[in-house]
Amino acid sequence: MAKVLMKGNEAIAEAAIEAGCKYYFGYPITPQTEISEYMAKRMPDEGGLCLQAESEIAAINMLLGASASGTRAMTSSSSPGISLKSEGVSYLVGCDLPAVIVNVQRGGPGLGGIQPSQADYYQATKAYGHGDMHLPVLAPSTVQEMATLTCEAFDIADIYRTPVIILADGAVGQMMEPVNIAECRSREVPPKTWAACGHGGRRRHNIINSLLMDPEELERTVLARFERYREIEKNELAFAEYMVDDADIIVVAFGIAARICRTAVDAVRAKGIKAGLLRPITLWPFPSSRILFHSETAKAFLSVELSMGQMVTDVKLACECRRPVEFFGRTGGVIPEPGDVAAKLTAMAKELGCETR
Amino acid sequence: MTKDILIAGFGGQGVLFAGKALAKMAMNSEYEVTWLPSYGPEMRGGAANCSVIISDDVIGSPLVPAPDILIAMNRPSFDKFEPRIKPGGMLFADSSMIDAASSRTDIDAFYIPASRMASENGLSRFANVIMLGFMIAKTSLFDYYEFLSDLVYEITRDDIAAGNHRALSLGYNYQEK
Repeated sequence: MAKVLMKGNEAIAEAAIEAGCKYYFGYPITPQTEISEYMAKRMPDEGGLCLQAESEIAAINMLLGASASGTRAMTSSSSPGISLKSEGVSYLVGCDLPAVIVNVQRGGPGLGGIQPSQADYYQATKAYGHGDMHLPVLAPSTVQEMATLTCEAFDIADIYRTPVIILADGAVGQMMEPVNIAECRSREVPPKTWAACGHGGRRRHNIINSLLMDPEELERTVLARFERYREIEKNELAFAEYMVDDADIIVVAFGIAARICRTAVDAVRAKGIKAGLLRPITLWPFPSSRILFHSETAKAFLSVELSMGQMVTDVKLACECRRPVEFFGRTGGVIPEPGDVAAKLTAMAKELGCETR
Repeated sequence: MTKDILIAGFGGQGVLFAGKALAKMAMNSEYEVTWLPSYGPEMRGGAANCSVIISDDVIGSPLVPAPDILIAMNRPSFDKFEPRIKPGGMLFADSSMIDAASSRTDIDAFYIPASRMASENGLSRFANVIMLGFMIAKTSLFDYYEFLSDLVYEITRDDIAAGNHRALSLGYNYQEK
């Protein structure tokens, strides 16, 4: 299949269909409505269903039901709508149900704005629901990754029986780039013997439930789930690096911010400042071990985010106070320009006494 | 080679489409390309613009804070973005919408009354494509005939293909007085 020019949102929708998603439940909100629009056009031809729910809360609970029946299903929204889904997400985890949930972030808090943001990092990686839980969080940086990571998300969800978050932003959602859907890979996933689906009376019926009144039993269930989290940490960590080997300063950035930082790294390298870029592709699990490894040689880290600074705390924890960790970002929907990041890197290099040409 | 292009005007003038046509042509010519729109209320009548980057290398930032090429289709866009054109860059302005000229000596400025030409030729929705034809004539980014075939046969709906063809040709063959 040849490359096609697609919006990031459309690439998510097309890749979901490619991955065998049969049910999509949405509710319109800028900047991700193209996902619903695309699904509405394509799903009927694919023998699937695109349903515009009466609210985000309805959509997440429809997703729970569809997933319980053993089919692949997805919902998407943007920041305020994502908050509405949080109860359902915790129930999905409690029921050990696979699901794909897309957040094309916009500025917050509250209704906020509609321009790109990364201010839902804490929500996605720390507490997108009550209770002892984690969620794999994938952060696409290109339109191609919007597609490939969507396919990955469905596989990770099925293998570990967990909801998976795709944490995108308004810029990657709205921009167009060439995409090759054929580059999406699929893995072998276990059969869904747990599904609550028709079986013609040939077995005992399956029960899917998140209410466990006996504390011992609930603890056992949570512990078993955390065993799977350890497997995810071991198997699913993903990151990309650019010019980090000799870098004095390593920029840590994901999504749209990582692209801006790549251009900034090129700009300061041209002035002789040894900067590099570490881009987490999975935000949970976070590439802490890799940051610790680089703290042996790098003199400092800089976290760049479209927020007031959230991932920066994970970078600080990862390098165990061995190196200074600074932050640079804009918030409210403002996108920092490469020149702004380059200026910050130049100031840091001067302060650290890094050699330049 | 990397070209940072900014196309700006009112919502409804087709600036996003013009950018998409350029991006599609760049993709077909095996370049790396990004297209980043302004989105939201702009699309419904306010100022609209899109940033297109065409490169033979991996593209990092899709932002165009300072364009190599600016296509300005109204006065507010001209006022806002003309000062940001990189030295040595190019300005293409719709002179029927912009009653001003660039005073910069470090850029090449080209003017075409695209909107007036469009309405005089029964092509009132095609001023954007006239601007594209004009730009293709003055730059060596793309081959005119390849662009024409891409625009007419690949990108647009059948019912506006003839209009696009005529508009691109009008812009391409326009002689500045």
